Amino acid sequence: MEVPILKQGQVLIATFQAALSDADLNQLRSALVQQVVRFRSRGVIVDVTAMDVMDSFASRTLREIAHMIRLRGAETVIVGIQPEVAFAMVQLGLTLEGVATALDLEEGLAYLNQKFKTMK
Amino acid sequence: MSRVEIRVTITSDQDIVLARQKGRSLALELGFSSGDATLIATAISELARNIVSYARRGEIVVKDVQGSSRVGIAVTASDNGPGILDVGQALRDGFSTSGSLGLGLPGVRRLMDEFEIFSKPGQGTKVMVKKWRP
Amino acid sequence: MAKRDESSELLRELVAHLRQNRTQLREEWVGRISETRLLTAMTKEEIFAEATSVYDSYVEALETETFEALQAYARNLSERIIPRGVETHEVVGIVLLLRDVLARSLFAKYQTDFKKLNRILDAYEPAANRIANTVAVGFVQERERVIRQQQEAIRELSTPVLQVRERLLILPIIGVIDPQRARQLTEQLLRGIRTNRAKVVVIDITGVAAMDVTVANHLVQTVEASRLLGATVIVTGLSPEIAQTLVTIGVDLGKMNTVGDLQGGIEQAERLLGYKVMALAEPN
Repeated sequence: MEVPILKQGQVLIATFQAALSDADLNQLRSALVQQVVRFRSRGVIVDVTAMDVMDSFASRTLREIAHMIRLRGAETVIVGIQPEVAFAMVQLGLTLEGVATALDLEEGLAYLNQKFKTMK
Repeated sequence: MSRVEIRVTITSDQDIVLARQKGRSLALELGFSSGDATLIATAISELARNIVSYARRGEIVVKDVQGSSRVGIAVTASDNGPGILDVGQALRDGFSTSGSLGLGLPGVRRLMDEFEIFSKPGQGTKVMVKKWRP
Repeated sequence: MAKRDESSELLRELVAHLRQNRTQLREEWVGRISETRLLTAMTKEEIFAEATSVYDSYVEALETETFEALQAYARNLSERIIPRGVETHEVVGIVLLLRDVLARSLFAKYQTDFKKLNRILDAYEPAANRIANTVAVGFVQERERVIRQQQEAIRELSTPVLQVRERLLILPIIGVIDPQRARQLTEQLLRGIRTNRAKVVVIDITGVAAMDVTVANHLVQTVEASRLLGATVIVTGLSPEIAQTLVTIGVDLGKMNTVGDLQGGIEQAERLLGYKVMALAEPN
């Protein structure tokens, strides 16, 4: 199952579906990094609204994505973590430390725009 | 005692997704809240992931438990893999949660109400967890 | 089989006796109830009305040897009298009194035929005990249900998630936090963050009496889960004693954004949200 990546100006938006396997996640990670380079994007939004389980692997992949993209000089924000999923994540000790998070796509875009302004 | 039982053979990362989806629907069927079902599905995901990472092959069994005055769900993850050398260490927080090793057993213990593990080097691992419906 | 038939027949005889002497036995029972000062929360008329229904249900249970109807009646009775403040010992007490009153009447009736009396009691006692059990259990279960309901209501009430400004929530926590409440509190807050699109949350724990390592960890988890939804948490009202305890037991306060009091917390939240609060200029 491929994750669609949408280009919106300086920002790339990747939207997760519910049942992503590890292979799908790995594939997404490389695709995102490649496209950030290709489009010289300044920001990436990963929308996980549809994900009903965020286990250690998914959460580690999200962190890796954020770190790799930062090395490319761009910002990542994870949006749409569901309340129940957030609760399960902290029980498991997964807190996405050092990764920006926002409520939804709209908030994520607002966060990135704010970041772009201060980065100028 | 139990009425429903779901068995998922775990051999690849695809099976992890299948196991947790089936576990979640059984939890909902048994009357767990969707918040609890998420905790249960997450625990199943971690247990199945351990099988894939360490033993390559194993099985997840999810079934209902009928207590005298309560209903619960039981998940058993078993494999014939290399086993865990130091179970005590594997259950301590911070052990291999951030590195490439992803045992995550202390996390699973927090997600569920009851937790039992049997493991010996060379003889595989069996983890049994339960959660009761409040 | 024969033994069972005999017992049924004896019960039939017993039931006929209890029906025949209904008025007198019921009076006697009500008299004993007021003598022993049970059901003081109820008026004489109420006691008499309830006693009549209990008596009839009792006899019916003896006659049919089924307890479902009695069970339903006990639940219904409990539902009515629990709000009046009737206690468990009173309900158990009146049923035991009825058992005794009826047993005495059996002694009186069969005093000349000791053998028969024994057989009648053999049939009566197990049924009577089962009736007493059924009523007591029904009452206790109903009470437990009411208590659970009240506990839930208190929990809901005691963790209000308040929106004070657009995108700013306040969660004042008062009282004792057990793991169950901590979880409910977190779930409520996370839902609140989503529905109110909150960006900042002030959790005020001035009203929390004590905090142990479990509760502190719950608090840390709440803060972390809120952040995953994109909201910043400010914790206020952490007393020096509690702060000291937390540091001693090794809770990482670095993960928490703490401000002394609620007012300071709200001010910081407003700054984070880009509000500027100022006094209106004095007119000349």
